[in-house]
Amino acid sequence: METALIGPANASVLGIPMVIFSLLIPIVGAAVFAYIIARRLAPLVKAAPDNRFNRWPERIFQVLKIWFVQYRQPRYMVAGVLHIVIFFGFLTLSIQSSSLVVIGIFDGFVFPGLGGVLGHIYNFIKDYAATAVLIACIIAAYRRGILKPERYAVPEKYGHDHTAEAVFVLGLISLLMVSESAFEATLMAAQHQKGLAGEFVAPLTLVWLWKLVFNHTSIEKLQAIHVMSFYIHDLTFFFFLCFLPMGKHFHVITSIFNVLFMRLDRGNVKPVRYGVEDDKLDDLESFGVKKMEDFTWKHILDFYTCADCGRCSDQCPANAVGRPLSPRFISIKGRDKIFKNYPLRGDFLPSQPLIGDIYEEDEIWSCTTCGACEQECPLGIEYIDKIVDLRRGMVDEGMVPQSLQKPLGALEKRGNPWGKMEKKRAEWTKELPEDISVKVLNGKESAETLYFVDSITSYDDRMQDIGRATIKILNAAGIDFGILGPAEKDSGHEVLRFGEEMLFQDLKEHNTEAILESGVSKIVTADPHAYNALKNDYKDLPPVEHISQIILKSINSGAITLKKVEDDTKTYTYHDPCYLGRHNSLYNDPRKVLDAIPGLRRVEMIKCRDRSFCCGGGGLMLFYEPEEEQRMGVLRVEMAKEAGADIMVTACPFCLVNIEDAIKVAGMEGKMEAIDLAELVERHIVK
Amino acid sequence: MAGQIFAYIKHNEGVAEDSALELVAAAKKFAAGAAVTAIVTGSNVDALCNDMAASYQEVWKIDNDALSYPNAEVLRKVLLNILPNDAVILIPHDTFGMDLAPGLSIKIDSPFVSDIVDYEVEGDTLKAIRQEYSGQAHTHVECDISNGLVANIRPGVFQPDESKGVSGQVIDKSADTGDLTTGRHFLEIVEAEAGDVDITKSDVLVSIGRGIEDEENIEIAQELADAMGAVVSCSRPIVDAKWLEKSRQVGTSGQTVKPKVYLAMGISGSFQHLGGIKGNPFIVAVNKNPKAPIFQVAEVGVQADILEFMPELTEKIKGL
Amino acid sequence: MEILVCVKRVPDTAENEIEVRKDGTDIVRDDLVYSVNEWDNYAVEEAIQIVEKVGGSVTVVTVGDEDSEEVLRREMAMGADNGVLLSDPAFVGSDGKAIAGILKAEIEKGNYNLIFTGAQADDGAGQVGGMLAAMMDVPYASLVNHIEVLDDKKLKVGREIEGGNQEMHEIDLPCVLSIQTGINEPRYVGIRGIRKVASVEIPVHGASDIGIAADAVGAGGAKVKLVDYFMPELGEGAEMLEGSTEEIVDKLIELLKAKGGLK
Repeated sequence: METALIGPANASVLGIPMVIFSLLIPIVGAAVFAYIIARRLAPLVKAAPDNRFNRWPERIFQVLKIWFVQYRQPRYMVAGVLHIVIFFGFLTLSIQSSSLVVIGIFDGFVFPGLGGVLGHIYNFIKDYAATAVLIACIIAAYRRGILKPERYAVPEKYGHDHTAEAVFVLGLISLLMVSESAFEATLMAAQHQKGLAGEFVAPLTLVWLWKLVFNHTSIEKLQAIHVMSFYIHDLTFFFFLCFLPMGKHFHVITSIFNVLFMRLDRGNVKPVRYGVEDDKLDDLESFGVKKMEDFTWKHILDFYTCADCGRCSDQCPANAVGRPLSPRFISIKGRDKIFKNYPLRGDFLPSQPLIGDIYEEDEIWSCTTCGACEQECPLGIEYIDKIVDLRRGMVDEGMVPQSLQKPLGALEKRGNPWGKMEKKRAEWTKELPEDISVKVLNGKESAETLYFVDSITSYDDRMQDIGRATIKILNAAGIDFGILGPAEKDSGHEVLRFGEEMLFQDLKEHNTEAILESGVSKIVTADPHAYNALKNDYKDLPPVEHISQIILKSINSGAITLKKVEDDTKTYTYHDPCYLGRHNSLYNDPRKVLDAIPGLRRVEMIKCRDRSFCCGGGGLMLFYEPEEEQRMGVLRVEMAKEAGADIMVTACPFCLVNIEDAIKVAGMEGKMEAIDLAELVERHIVK
Repeated sequence: MAGQIFAYIKHNEGVAEDSALELVAAAKKFAAGAAVTAIVTGSNVDALCNDMAASYQEVWKIDNDALSYPNAEVLRKVLLNILPNDAVILIPHDTFGMDLAPGLSIKIDSPFVSDIVDYEVEGDTLKAIRQEYSGQAHTHVECDISNGLVANIRPGVFQPDESKGVSGQVIDKSADTGDLTTGRHFLEIVEAEAGDVDITKSDVLVSIGRGIEDEENIEIAQELADAMGAVVSCSRPIVDAKWLEKSRQVGTSGQTVKPKVYLAMGISGSFQHLGGIKGNPFIVAVNKNPKAPIFQVAEVGVQADILEFMPELTEKIKGL
Repeated sequence: MEILVCVKRVPDTAENEIEVRKDGTDIVRDDLVYSVNEWDNYAVEEAIQIVEKVGGSVTVVTVGDEDSEEVLRREMAMGADNGVLLSDPAFVGSDGKAIAGILKAEIEKGNYNLIFTGAQADDGAGQVGGMLAAMMDVPYASLVNHIEVLDDKKLKVGREIEGGNQEMHEIDLPCVLSIQTGINEPRYVGIRGIRKVASVEIPVHGASDIGIAADAVGAGGAKVKLVDYFMPELGEGAEMLEGSTEEIVDKLIELLKAKGGLK
């Protein structure tokens, strides 16, 4: 094609051939970029091992779903759509931007394959893409700079506001779009003026707009603008590349890897150290994360990848009630610390303990491990394993709040956090009607199914009702079951998550042996924490089911029939327990059970299913005294009220404790009621 | 027959503590009409000595500016110098008695019985009742007192003997103290922070729970507590509602208290709450709900609305 | 600072329901679990913190049977440098004075300038510290809830007294202090910590090792003899007061008076 303007490869200014710059900019840019990345990789190399080089089909699927399709972005509609526009615009324009770098050296360079019709189509699309990106950037900058959504705010204790960096980068992106289109438009305008054939101008695009502006500009000026806009683009492009690893925009580079290596399982906790079996744990010198390099390389990659979008903290219940925890700043503080300890120039700094430096003890104990943050993160950043690893480190150093030391001691000695006597673990069954007998599987009796009760249901007067309801249901469903009785110890679900690994190992070994000796072929529990522990933390046990699954199956098989709802003036809502829902994807069974009660009217709360809002935490969290402005349970009860419900149904004894307490704290006794699914079902069984 | 009986008089700058007259009653356990000698130490204690002479047959006055603050290390030396070898000395089991007595028993080579809640004397044998395991088990202990005894008596277990019918004699022993130098020098008292009520130190607690219903009603509980000379404590929901400070909370996540009397007002009695109550206090539960678990652990229960019941109780107590 | 901390293994009373054996000789110990006396644990933490600040070492010592070794290990896992178990059949049944005597004999073998005990134990009389100081003829302070090392000859200590007030003293070294709970926040000792010190040798000293005459200690040598245990009387559930509010109030006032609830 004959061109009306001299391309940058052939242009010269003041006698200097511009091609020198076309070569120099990419070479210097790429070299600087390579150097920065090499420095940034150093902490990853020194970090603890992680086993992420496996399960490739699942990993690639995650990349397609979460990275490429941006599946999680629209959960925040405005920001999500803007991001999708910029993301796809970027992907589209990456071809054009790369081509431009080469065009600066070889005039008229066209990407292989884009020479023909495909090229025209591409040009057409990328012009709209660039326009869309620019519009998205303007809206995004308006949001960040003028509207300032709450979740981007930086509380004082976490340092300065991040708006400037965000707006600066939006400006850089806009500059890329504007310079690229100006480069294109100047040529088109010149072609047009000279009556030469030009690329089709996609209407209402940036290029189209520039062309309107340039249509009557002199060829000389167009020539100057043409070359100038090229180098603005070229410089901006390489500056941007090297600027990315300096802050939150590192995610532009790291996100694909972070998503590729993201955690694939739910409900589990990472081992103390990958590659060290449970029975070799005693040989480890140190436990958990104490300094930065104790994190696994994936967790450091997480820090690099955090885009500071604030969604995790926006969903975090601990953050919502004013506990000193904001997952977003777990990442940001971690990243800033790495940047400081691994500077781009000079020696790396010696590593210091993280607790007391960038993290505080209360911050790390404040997490209920509900998983809302991880569910939300569009980049596959994980928090629970980091929190657990930090707690392991604190436990190893003896930094455990006094309020947790007592229950931990009691768990060690008595197998329950209250230090109640082992022999009283099955006392609650004595209050069952005489016609229901409960087998204690202590070697003399056997059963097909084990009902694993766990501590709170065994010892808490109120929660014992859940145990008795569960037994009545199992009985009505004709299931051959038994309990371990005094041989059962706490599942250790929170012991593991509070970082007391060796105590958990002891509890796990004890229960595993007791369960295997009982000879059962199935396990059922009404406690989602026990359910998750047995299913995801223990190994080689018979299959575990939650009582809601058993109920649903029994309803479907006709083993139990439910009668009309006792009080049809009430409206019910279901609160998803974190360890049933988010961690084990059991969202539907409990709802189907509720819907199987004829006449029951059910509504959903604004936060439900995978966005369920934690009640305040279970297990050892009941003993921890967090600093907080209010209780999570109170916020949850208010959500139920807003949804128009007057009975909150849950399926977890800890949720019930917290919600029943919250109803009283919120002064909503008589207006709001809480009940466990098992209790509700038991009341409605047709006998 | 046991030796001469002494009672150490605790006082605050000349004002006798309750234990002073409790020990009169306690000493009567040795033998009705046994002569008991009060030991009063301090500076300018004449008035107190005269007071005590109304209850004790003999009062030994040790007046010395160096004793103006009862430093147990110094007083141990004083007692060692003035007491006969076979003295039976009764000391209140408070933070001073705990500091003084064990070492004293070694120095005068007499048996020591700590924190006595009751006792009998048969000839030369003291048979005392003590509490162990936070009062969950009691023990009888015995010792031969013919060569003397140091006995720490728990404050409050004996009713003060207010009869004051004695006209005892004050004997000035100030000159017999001997050398008072010790390796421990009293500096000062650092007062507990103002407004920071320590519920763990109170023998009587008026503890409120959700039955209080509203922040304004806490005043009703405070009036009752004032009338009783008690302190207001609470269960967790009251703290959560920020109606009282955290230091007032009884329970596993709050304070562990060991009062003598615990009034559970509108508290249902979750075991998290009960876990904070130790030492088998006398628990009175007032609750609207007759099935409230608190009634299982309370000695005395009243089924009533605390908002109606407490003012009646306060009124009556004020009228006593 | 060379610090010796005297510790004791006691039953956990928090949730253990203490019952007395039918013959009254002891409490029922079948279902009990044991741990280090809470006050002693604070004492060990305080000793460790002092040594962390001014240097020296912490030795924990206990008088007991072989089961008592577990509490020594626990305290060593916490950070105590050495442990000594004082164990001899002759020690069984010792009263507080005899225990103090046994401890004194061990202390004299070493070169300690600061001795800690717990202020009390659930199954004790809060006497050993004071007796030990008197036997050693060194200064003593009980219920200590604050310690400041002034120099190698003096400490500033606070004693917790009634009303939450604090009595401040200057005390010469060597001395014996009995430590009150709340003086610090004891660090957590996990199973892992205990396993780390599982193979550390803990010397066992008997009566002859420390030069104690067997007949001076033990049940035979006790001046204060434990006769029996018995259960305090407890009612079954609350006695519900009935009648008019006025009648109830009157009854309640009588009860409160009797129980010391009215002043």
